[in-house]
Amino acid sequence: MSEIEFTQIKTEGRLSRPSTPSRARTDRAAQRTFFIITLVPVALIIIVAAALVVRSYPILNSYSLSDLLLGETWRPNNGEFGFRPFILGTLWVTTVGVLLAVPPCLLVSIYLAEYAHNRTRTFAKPILDVLAAIPPVVYGVWGLLSIVPFVDDVLAPLSDRWLGSISIFAVTQPTGFGILAGGIVLAVMIAPLIISVIFEVLSTVPNDLRHASLAVGATKWQTIRTVVLPQVLPGIVAAIVLGASRALGETIAVLMVVGNVPNIPTSVFDTAYPLPALIANNYGEMMSIPLYDAALLGAALVLLVVILIFNILSTLVLQRFLRRS
Amino acid sequence: MKFKKKHFERRHIIEFSVKSIMRLALFIVAGALGLILWTIISRGLPSLSWEMVSQVPQGGYYMGKGGGILNAIIGSAYLATGGTILAMLLSVPIALYLKAYLGTSKWGEYVRLSLDVLWGIPSIVYGAFGFALMILLGMRASLLAGIIVLALVELPIMTRAMDEVIRRMPVDLEHAALALGSTKFEVAINIITRQMLPGIITAILLAFGRGIGDAASVLFTAGYTDRIPTSLMNPTASLPLAVFFQLGSPYPEVRERGYAAALILTIVVLLVSFGSRWLSARLNRYTIK
Repeated sequence: MSEIEFTQIKTEGRLSRPSTPSRARTDRAAQRTFFIITLVPVALIIIVAAALVVRSYPILNSYSLSDLLLGETWRPNNGEFGFRPFILGTLWVTTVGVLLAVPPCLLVSIYLAEYAHNRTRTFAKPILDVLAAIPPVVYGVWGLLSIVPFVDDVLAPLSDRWLGSISIFAVTQPTGFGILAGGIVLAVMIAPLIISVIFEVLSTVPNDLRHASLAVGATKWQTIRTVVLPQVLPGIVAAIVLGASRALGETIAVLMVVGNVPNIPTSVFDTAYPLPALIANNYGEMMSIPLYDAALLGAALVLLVVILIFNILSTLVLQRFLRRS
Repeated sequence: MKFKKKHFERRHIIEFSVKSIMRLALFIVAGALGLILWTIISRGLPSLSWEMVSQVPQGGYYMGKGGGILNAIIGSAYLATGGTILAMLLSVPIALYLKAYLGTSKWGEYVRLSLDVLWGIPSIVYGAFGFALMILLGMRASLLAGIIVLALVELPIMTRAMDEVIRRMPVDLEHAALALGSTKFEVAINIITRQMLPGIITAILLAFGRGIGDAASVLFTAGYTDRIPTSLMNPTASLPLAVFFQLGSPYPEVRERGYAAALILTIVVLLVSFGSRWLSARLNRYTIK
């Protein structure tokens, strides 16, 4: 089919080729149109940020920033809007998720980049693709059906028995919903991203360096540890930060397993109420309470600012790395 | 003698253990996927029925009576198709412009950076932004609003994926066309789109798959209804929200159907994912290597 099309267009082109000035005019017009369309993504960032600032201005205006960010009570009916439980909840879940994700991701990406046969790679790629393609809500269902009971039946009793005296492992509530369940789900969700970025960063290291190290008798692992990894350390950190920024904004999957109680967490078995879950659960309803809507958009703004910082930093580092290749 | 002894140095033991730990890590990641699929299939399959995918909710559906989630399936198809088409209208020109006109210039890097940053913005923020905008315009939750917000979510994913493949096009092809007197626009339309068609289709399907599974962005903007939308201004149900809402039900039968809905959503997403792989492999036969 494609071949026929190709010949047709070729003849067409020969029969009715427009004159040169008109072709140049088309080119200029296209360039201008393309340029304007390309402004859209750049403008969009500014528009989203500006809209959130404008809409959350009422609350930023009537409370000091420290009251909002550090305040501990969240009672919109009484006009109390303290984001602290939500910010801490977000940080706890994200930290646990990233800590759980990093070691296996690092090992898998090093294995795929340095050790694996092509056959293993072609087998691993679809696995990562599918993990990345599974929708958040399905991760949430999995978390609800497997991880929450697993935390409740296996991890909590184990931790109670062996680690109960360490306060961040203290088992405080017996449901399984909480930071650890959210962290496990998040770890699996961000794994494909972290693995593929680290893999790409590792493949920017020139093979000559590896060969030189191997030639003087180093083992593969010695080569990786002393030659490859030091070269790409900033890139690996950037990949992890990128994964963390993805975890910060994850909404539905976390919301389904984290418990959603606005307390200040002190242990990984505590429930938490991250910022995205706060927005998802409350926005669009109860708009009659004054400043509520502004407060929730303020929460979105806090989230956006943190994620933008993480994202821009990691992307700048990664761009430098990947351009080098 | 000395040489033989050296083969069993400590570093070789370390080498072996590190390699084993890495294999174990790969096994854990693969195992996680297996566990997810097994959970979704084993819990979703029992309540999956023809009724689920062929009927809209009947009276009392949310208390365990008859009906299905056809409203959500059709709604999601509309939402994701609309969002993908809208995102395509922007991302194809951007990707072509990046390759044909900007190349690796400074401005090109800025555009790529801004796309990466947009990609990182969580869909809940897009959803909140969309809803704030809707209040401003006096719009209600509708198919149109959902499509627009989904297009925002899909735009960076699609454009970056296209850019990645288009960037890999051999420069010789472009140079050959330019040397024969083509304008850059003609290179973009006649050479790049043709040569990169498999990659472009993969990018579009990737974004479509992401769009169909995204719940946070349509939560406020598309609404939820038992009816199949007949106009762009109607609110519409969507598959991820059908899963989400049914799981929150106190009735076990309804929750069971939520698991089945999750299975349907997973199947759809996997079909799109494998479909794009197959299609791109097929179309790749017609490109110049």
